[in-house]
Parts: sequence; C-alpha cells; structure tokens
Amino acid sequence: MNDRQFKHIRCTINSRAVDAMVDVRASLTELLRGEFALTSVKHGCDVGECGACTVLIDGEPFNSCIYLAVWADGKDITTVDGLAEPDGSLSPLQQAFVDEGAIQCGFCTPGLILTAQSLINRGEPLSDEELRRELAGHLCRCTGYENIFKAVRRALDESLGKKG
Amino acid sequence: MYDIRALYEAQTVEEALALRREHPGARLIAGGSDLLIKIRDGKLPDAELISIRGIDSLRGVSLEADGTVRIGPLTSFTELTRDGIIKERLRVLADAAGEVGSPQIRNIGTVGGNICNGATSADTASTLFALDAKLELRGGSGTRLLDIAGFYLGAGRTDVRENELLTGILIGRESWERCHGCYIKYSMRSALDIAVLGCSVNLRLSADGAHIDRLRLAFGVAGPVPSRCPQTELAFAGAPLGEDTARQLARSAVSELSPRDSWRASRAFRLHVAEESAYLAFCECVRRAGGAI
Ligand code: FES
Ligand code: FES
Repeated sequence: MNDRQFKHIRCTINSRAVDAMVDVRASLTELLRGEFALTSVKHGCDVGECGACTVLIDGEPFNSCIYLAVWADGKDITTVDGLAEPDGSLSPLQQAFVDEGAIQCGFCTPGLILTAQSLINRGEPLSDEELRRELAGHLCRCTGYENIFKAVRRALDESLGKKG
Repeated sequence: MYDIRALYEAQTVEEALALRREHPGARLIAGGSDLLIKIRDGKLPDAELISIRGIDSLRGVSLEADGTVRIGPLTSFTELTRDGIIKERLRVLADAAGEVGSPQIRNIGTVGGNICNGATSADTASTLFALDAKLELRGGSGTRLLDIAGFYLGAGRTDVRENELLTGILIGRESWERCHGCYIKYSMRSALDIAVLGCSVNLRLSADGAHIDRLRLAFGVAGPVPSRCPQTELAFAGAPLGEDTARQLARSAVSELSPRDSWRASRAFRLHVAEESAYLAFCECVRRAGGAI
C-alpha cells in the first residue's frame, strides 16, 4: 500500500499551541525535530534505552523515540528549549548543570534536564537513592554521572527551600 | 519512520472491538514499549495497528463493593506505583511495577500490555499470579473471566482471542485482606534490565500470628511462562513460622520450577537465585505481617 496515512493533530509545544499533519509512522522525536526544528530532542538509541530523546508530556518524562507522533494530539509537550527564561537566561536547574560541570559533550543533557525538571515540579523531597533511581533512564557516556547527580541534587534541594 | 502500514485509533471499547472485526490481521498497541521496538527491529514488517491508548475507561484503579480491586489494563506502571488503593492494599504490586525499566518506560508501559505480551519476565506478571488475579476479556459475544494462570498459553502467547480485548484485571479481597506480599527481581543492572528471575510471595498469617495460613509463591523466568508452586503452597499451609520452615519452603518451591539455560543465565544459576529469592521474599512477608522468623 503506497497511500500514506496522515492525521491532523493539535498540541502545545513549549507553551505554544500548534497543529500539524502527522505521518502515522512518525515517532514524536521525528515530529519535534523534523517539523518543529527542536533538535535538542536527540536521536539516540531509538529503542527507549538511553533517554536522549526524553521530553515532558503533560509534565512527565517520556522517551519520544517510542511514542507515536499521533499520540501527541491534545498533549502539552515541553522540550529543554521551553525551560530558559524569555530573555534567554538559564533556569536554575540549567545553571546548576553549568556550575557543577555536569555537561561534557551535551548529548544526554537535554533529556536529563527535563527528567530533573519534572522532579522539581513534583516538589517532593527525594533521598539520594531515590534520586538516582529517578535519573536511571538516562545514559551518559562522558561524565560518569556524579556531577549530573550533584547538579540535580542541588537544584532540587534549592527549589525545596533547603540550603546546600 | 516506523514500518507501519496503517494505524486505527479507538476511543472506546466498542470502537476497539469493531476495529478488531474490520481488521483481523491488526495488532493491538497500548503503550508500545514492546511493540514499537519489535517494529524497529523489523520483526513486524508492514504493521497494521489498532491503538487503544485513547480508551480512558480502561485506565485507573477502583475498589468494587465486594472488596475486589479492579485495575484498568491501560494503567501505566507509574500510575500503579502512585495509586492510593494499590499502595494501601497491594503494596507488592506497586513495588513490582516500580521495578520495570526506567521512569520513562514506566510512564509509557501499561500493566495490561505487560501481561498480554506473554513474557515470562514481565515484572508485574509473577505478582499477579501470586495475587490470583482474574482477567476480564470482552469480545463480540460477551465477557469472560479467566484465571491469569489459564491466560498464558506458552512463551509469548496469551489467550486473547480474535475480537477480544482485555478490559480489567481483578484482584479479590482474599488476596489483599490481612495479606502481605514481597517481590524480588534479580537482574544484572538495577535499572533498564530484564529479570534473570522474579519471585513474588503473598502471605497471610494465622490469627495467632505464628503459623502460615495462606501462601502463594510465584516466579517469572523460571519457565516459559510465569508459574506458581501449588504443591509447596498446600504443603506449607499451617506450618509454624521459623527459619526451618523458610528454608524448607524455598527448597520445596524450586523443585516445582523448570528454568532453562539462556545467554542471560544458566538453569543452575536461576534455580539458585530462585531458592534464595523465595527464602528472602518469604522472610520479608513475615516481617511485613508483623511476625517473627
Ligand atoms: S533515543 Fe529514545 S531512549 Fe534512546
Ligand atoms: S555529556 Fe556526553 S553523553 Fe552525557
């Protein structure tokens, strides 16, 4: 069968209402990168293992590579592009990644920041072990994870109003 | 792009059943965390899919008048781990759901999909065996209720008939009232890994708190499908709590298992892990029940 099947969807991407004609074969990664030029959403393993393609859907982290683009209909999607302030200054979490040296090549960074942001938004205190579990869906080939952990720990604690 | 020929989306159970009649060759897709990866792998060329993700009536957990806990098959693992009814009555199931994959996978994956795939390694499956879960399947000619044990036909094969849809996972009051469960997953990595072996125990103590009253022992990856240990369960009903009982019960349980050698682990290793897991899980159940080994 050569007739491709498309569906018209409406969703919100980084607080902006958008619509698109979506190929039913497309993943959400392909939609965000191809149609909306959001190349912060990385094409990694493509099978849900590495977390590089993570986006927030209605506030929760999902691997966009194993999420059909048509399922985005009616959803609220956030990529890392939606976190910085309107004037371009970094969010506290992003700044913590910079300050703690949590970024080397940067390939894992957008996904990790989004998962971490979802934890901050949830506003629940997490033990170190719980926090590591929450970040376990991301692979980083560069940093050895410790600085990433420190950055998220700091940003989460600060947002919960603790010192240090 | 996924190699998908056609995708049909259902918003209601009736629509899904109608789509199944119209497209007999189509596969159901819920979360997609298994199916999409198979498609990516080239295992389902030119796939025709019926997406049931949009059927909101099949999502969420409720408590029925007779104390049965009803779980909608589209409930995600994350939702299971956070649900108040589950946390209060079936903590073991919340724990098992929390062992799946990673947070992102737990958001997309559904408990119904976990079962319908028929994988022996599915983290929630062995616990649902230990909880004597019943499955509600709706088809063109009505609804049938099936014991989860009868649902598994063989490795990767389950008894979802053509024109049928899993519409509920039911756990009776006798499986949670005064019961305490524990699930142990043994895997090489603590995240994003498939179980080498899974063991789920559900225990109710006698009124005096010193004997086993009701025991359920279930395993995943100890055979082609998840399985129970009916002889051990029967033999140890009434047994006094203690180190000897715990050890003997674990030894007896593994005599009812038949794991295989695979690249992930040998049969001998799986049997060893199964015995230790059964022992540890049983002791933990006793502890949670307020008893002493
Ligand atoms: S690219 Fe999606 S998880 Fe790796
Ligand atoms: S910084 Fe390179 S993969 Fe994480």
